[in-house]
Amino acid sequence: MCYKTHAKTAKNTTMTAPDILVLYAHPAPQRSPVNRRLADAARAIPGVAVQDLYELYPDFDIDPDHERSLLAAAHLVVFMHPIRWYGMPSMLKEWMDVVLRPGWAYGRGDCALRGKGCWLVTTTGSGADAFQAGALHGHPFDAFLLPIRQAAALCGMDWLAPLVLHGAADASEAVIEAHVHEFTRRLAGYASQAAMKEVRHGA
Amino acid sequence: MEHSLLLNACVYLAAAVIAVPLSKRLGMGAVLGYLVAGILIGPFGFKLIAEAEDALHFAEFGVVLLLFLIGLELEPSRLWALRRPIFGWGGAQVGLVAAVLFGAALLAGVSWKIALIAGLGLSLSSTAIALASLDERNLMPTPAGQASFSILLFQDIAAIPMIAIVPLLGIPESAGGGGNAWIAVVKVIVVLAGLVIGGRFLVRPLLRFIAKTDAREIFTAFALLLVIAISLLMQSVGVSMALGAFMAGVLLADSEYRHALETDLEPFKGLLLGLFFIAVGMSVDFSVFLARPAIVLGLVAGFLVLKIGVLYGLSRAFDMARGQHLQFALILSQGGEFAFVVFGAAATARVFSAEVASTLVVVVALSMVVTPLTLMAYDRVSARRQGAKRDDQADEIEPNEDHVIIAGFGRFGQIVGRFLNVSGVKLTVLDHDPDQVDVLRRFGFKVFYGDATRADLIRGAGAAKARALVVAIDDIEDSLALVEAVRRDYPDLPIFARARNVTHYYQLMDRGVQMIERETFEAAVKLGRSVLTAGLGQSAYRTRQTADKFRKYNLQNVLAVYPYYKDRDTYVSMAKRGRDELETMIARDRKAVEDETGHDWD
Repeated sequence: MCYKTHAKTAKNTTMTAPDILVLYAHPAPQRSPVNRRLADAARAIPGVAVQDLYELYPDFDIDPDHERSLLAAAHLVVFMHPIRWYGMPSMLKEWMDVVLRPGWAYGRGDCALRGKGCWLVTTTGSGADAFQAGALHGHPFDAFLLPIRQAAALCGMDWLAPLVLHGAADASEAVIEAHVHEFTRRLAGYASQAAMKEVRHGA
Repeated sequence: MEHSLLLNACVYLAAAVIAVPLSKRLGMGAVLGYLVAGILIGPFGFKLIAEAEDALHFAEFGVVLLLFLIGLELEPSRLWALRRPIFGWGGAQVGLVAAVLFGAALLAGVSWKIALIAGLGLSLSSTAIALASLDERNLMPTPAGQASFSILLFQDIAAIPMIAIVPLLGIPESAGGGGNAWIAVVKVIVVLAGLVIGGRFLVRPLLRFIAKTDAREIFTAFALLLVIAISLLMQSVGVSMALGAFMAGVLLADSEYRHALETDLEPFKGLLLGLFFIAVGMSVDFSVFLARPAIVLGLVAGFLVLKIGVLYGLSRAFDMARGQHLQFALILSQGGEFAFVVFGAAATARVFSAEVASTLVVVVALSMVVTPLTLMAYDRVSARRQGAKRDDQADEIEPNEDHVIIAGFGRFGQIVGRFLNVSGVKLTVLDHDPDQVDVLRRFGFKVFYGDATRADLIRGAGAAKARALVVAIDDIEDSLALVEAVRRDYPDLPIFARARNVTHYYQLMDRGVQMIERETFEAAVKLGRSVLTAGLGQSAYRTRQTADKFRKYNLQNVLAVYPYYKDRDTYVSMAKRGRDELETMIARDRKAVEDETGHDWD
């Protein structure tokens, strides 16, 4: 499993070490109309490494050391997944449980994730109007992001404005197209910013 | 004529069927059972069979088949790797034993010619008895087993010049000139070359052709024909039939029909070897024995003491595990089949008087009878010693309470054991390979050497205070025997068993074992997953889910058939139905996966 992980990552690191790490978690990518296209789009951008967690660890046997080394090298961590039962898929939760070790990810002044960006890219099945008091889900969507937001805060990460596609189940091709385009634009922007920062730091 | 043949067959088979299970039941092993059966039906028992000589001659073909099958197991490269033990240890064994016996005979006032031939002839051991004894105790893969095997192989080679020089010591006229020896050597080389070439370009295409016709009995017939023809061919150029068959086996060892040949010849080998042992039992000439019982018994005792002594001394020089020296010496202690031939030749060449020859033949036959007895005594004593040793330790430090016992530390048991070991579990290992035992002891494992199915060994290993027993033995019968013994003596000890196949799985279920793993299933599913993902690029997580479903259905299927497996006909049809069910299950799986593709929301 370990060997597979390295091999997959190596493909994206031929030029420079990836600045942006996309943690992609979809339990059934063959059925995903949105997330899979987002992942493919991310892979096409230089300086971006996509960790397809369900593909890499089908037995949930996540390699924490390797994941930590990827995290350490990145400036921006992207959580890319559908919202399931008001939260992240179980694989990503398992990833957090075994990778974000106390004393490494948080709990010390100079923890490994301090100052890195944290960007949530997600989809929901219901439309935006289902997320309000009195509606199907009873609360505004932001209320459900509290755990991941606080996790980022605990680790000293900078929370970037999430990119959310509501109503993915009924989204038209044009809407999905536009969403993927917006994602690509923002991701490419972060990638070049990171590259600039690198140049400035180097100089 | 025909009638008497069938009648004889009836007597032999009945004697074997009665005596062998009885003997095994009494813990004396199959070989002794056959020997006793032979004595009982022979001229000095109930006189049911008159011509022991013919039977012995015919049954020697069992030894030939045995060596052919051994040859099949040994590819030329492995045989080459064994050259040092074969010629070094074998040479040392034959040379030293012959020299000591020769010296002892000279001291006893025997003429040098008789002493020399007797010494040489008696230095050989019985391939049939030694290999059968090793097999019965699962000792073949151990260093003692390998050393015994190498030495036996050398003896088969050494018998040829022995038989050749006997006439030279006799009346001069029968000895051939020097030129003949050269021609003989050339003949052997030509025949061997012919075998190598014929084996590759004639026998293999023929085997392929016959296998294609799908006539099973013709394949068996060809296998027998092959062995008999090669043996006769080798005999005609002065090589012993057994050695010839062995070489033929080696030449076919890397052929794709090796396993088919093995399974076809195996039952013939077993029956003929049994017949051979019966014939040995019959040929013990009790009239010679009764004429001078003291001398014969003295000779047997003296011969065995000297030979065992030399073998024991030699075994210390060989690389062999502690505690196996005496066992090794006992296994090779008896006189062998070739002694009959050598002494026969000596009698014909008039080096021996008929009296000397028949006395020595009786000595050899009796030594063959004694071997299984001494080995049985050895097993008993060593088992008791193991048990006693264990008790002493228990008094001192109360070791290995709360431990897990692993019976069988081969490929399977090793993985279980090492895994439990890194998880901090206290282990007790039972295994019959002393090489393993030494390594494990060095790493602080509690190891008991011996046959795990023996009740005293299980007790000695501390079964009373164990938390669990892992049954990882290779042999299905042994595995079941162990489970039965443990269920009877320690009904509360949980058993975790390795099943070699589905029938074994059911047999374990019959005996109340609840935690069973089929030894190849998980690995096969795992490899299937790799094919789907790494090979065909399918999604890894989806493949895992399919594998989980597959495993679940498969187990359900196995359990559903269980109630019917004893009823053979129902079992077959149920298994067939099971296959159909599996098909529908797989189809259903596939449909379920396909159905899902339509509906997405993220």
